[in-house]
Amino acid sequence: MAENVRPRVKAPRQASAGETVTIKTLISHPMESGQRKDSDGNTIPRSIIHRFTCEFNGEMVVDVTMEPAISTNPYFEFEAVVPEAGDFKFTWYDDDGDVYEDTQSVAMA
Amino acid sequence: MRIITAITALLSAGAITAGAVHADPVEDTLVINGEIEMTTRTEPSDAVEGKLPELISGWHFRGSETRAMQADDFDNSGMIFVENAMDDWYTPTGDAGNSCASCHDDPADSMKGVRAVYPKWNEDADEVRTLEMQVNACRTENMEAEPLGYTSTQLTSMVALISSVSRGMPVDVATDGPVSDMWEKGEELYYTRTGQLELSCANCHEDNYGRMIRADHLSQGHINGFPVYRLKNSKLNSVHARFKGCVRDTRAETFAPGSPEFVALELYVASRGNGLSVEGPSVRN
Amino acid sequence: MTMTRRNVMVMGAGAFVALGLPMQASAAAEDAISEFTGGADVASEGVTLTAPEIAENGNTVPIEIDAPGAEAVLILAMGNPTPGVAQFNFGPLAASQSASTRIRLAGTQDVVAVARMKDGSFAQASSNIKVTIGGCGG
Repeated sequence: MAENVRPRVKAPRQASAGETVTIKTLISHPMESGQRKDSDGNTIPRSIIHRFTCEFNGEMVVDVTMEPAISTNPYFEFEAVVPEAGDFKFTWYDDDGDVYEDTQSVAMA
Repeated sequence: MRIITAITALLSAGAITAGAVHADPVEDTLVINGEIEMTTRTEPSDAVEGKLPELISGWHFRGSETRAMQADDFDNSGMIFVENAMDDWYTPTGDAGNSCASCHDDPADSMKGVRAVYPKWNEDADEVRTLEMQVNACRTENMEAEPLGYTSTQLTSMVALISSVSRGMPVDVATDGPVSDMWEKGEELYYTRTGQLELSCANCHEDNYGRMIRADHLSQGHINGFPVYRLKNSKLNSVHARFKGCVRDTRAETFAPGSPEFVALELYVASRGNGLSVEGPSVRN
Repeated sequence: MTMTRRNVMVMGAGAFVALGLPMQASAAAEDAISEFTGGADVASEGVTLTAPEIAENGNTVPIEIDAPGAEAVLILAMGNPTPGVAQFNFGPLAASQSASTRIRLAGTQDVVAVARMKDGSFAQASSNIKVTIGGCGG
């Protein structure tokens, strides 16, 4: 169970219909790559977030398959279209089965 | 190990002082979130009068992507730790049943200006205190809680929170009065060569800033940016943790975080940066 | 001892010789590209990969991809122990097929971005990123 995992999202609170907005996301997570060894020489097993998705009112914006080469505290920036008022839903899937979510509402300007 | 062998070779070949690559600090201005204007270059502080022609923040010695990361609180991953500390700030802990907020309310108000004057003299305790020491003193004396590990993530995050609300304010550490003994001790430590490599802080940070030490761009070694989110370990690093690493890299017996030697050194090094803006949490390599 | 050559190099002219020896593209990396493209031809225009020439630190390297009209972009670090970095799949509400992220590179190597366009064609871009050994990092 990954500890202290905390998602953060930067998305506008309002937009006009059809506007392009920039979304930034960050989640604090060690992204243990499976390449490191502990002080006894044993390999520390891989434990990463392997997938990130962003949807708006149920429609997909981006779906990212993530590998161990994504840095600790995974960061993504991308652009989305806001067709109407609604919710951005962000989901991160952990190797250990945990799922982290965050939601941001957008009103029409 | 390998780094040390190379540096020894460098030094013996005289390459570090003669003909080593020199890269000027970058021309750029730092404005955080488009709001907080930072002073990253300024005239010499009293402590470095005659020794440094000007004060330059470590920010100028990093690459463009790293510098950009610090300019936005979202891109600056050090701010995640500040948010975690904010949760701690409002969470009651200890037998007295208080949280930091119980006495200090909103840190944006109560803690403004605090980071800029630390380390400083504490009259009641009759000692020089670093921010870490003061937070732990508050915990043990006022909150009846356990002290946090000196370089623990939780304590470093709290120091980062306290630092973040002073960003943009000039570092203004006192060097006279009751702290002068400690300050002089710190100055002595700064200029004393130690370790197998016989290096003092000044050898790199005063005599050779701007030069490349292998692939690292040497800064003036100020601590206005601490706690630092380092790309190297993807987490916040405290002043004493960094001192320890530096001393270890000269292959010297290092002092412990929280030790009087490091407190003295922190006081002295902070005063060298008087005039630069508080940047912590900053982003470095 | 492995340091001997580096000692000699370092006594020479300064920072750039302190780069790690470049890491060669692994067979697994080439396979990953073929698997994604199904062996189809890959155009050299159509996807832009923006990355620093010299990474401040191999642990956190900021990169950006932009592939107008793409369905998916696969990013590979050709010299990493495992080459996979990420695959961005763009949905109907993606305003552009662009994204930024931060990656880990084990050493100097090529980073490759392969885009699969909506019309089924492929495009590829590559960037050589130098990852330095660092100095007295503490």
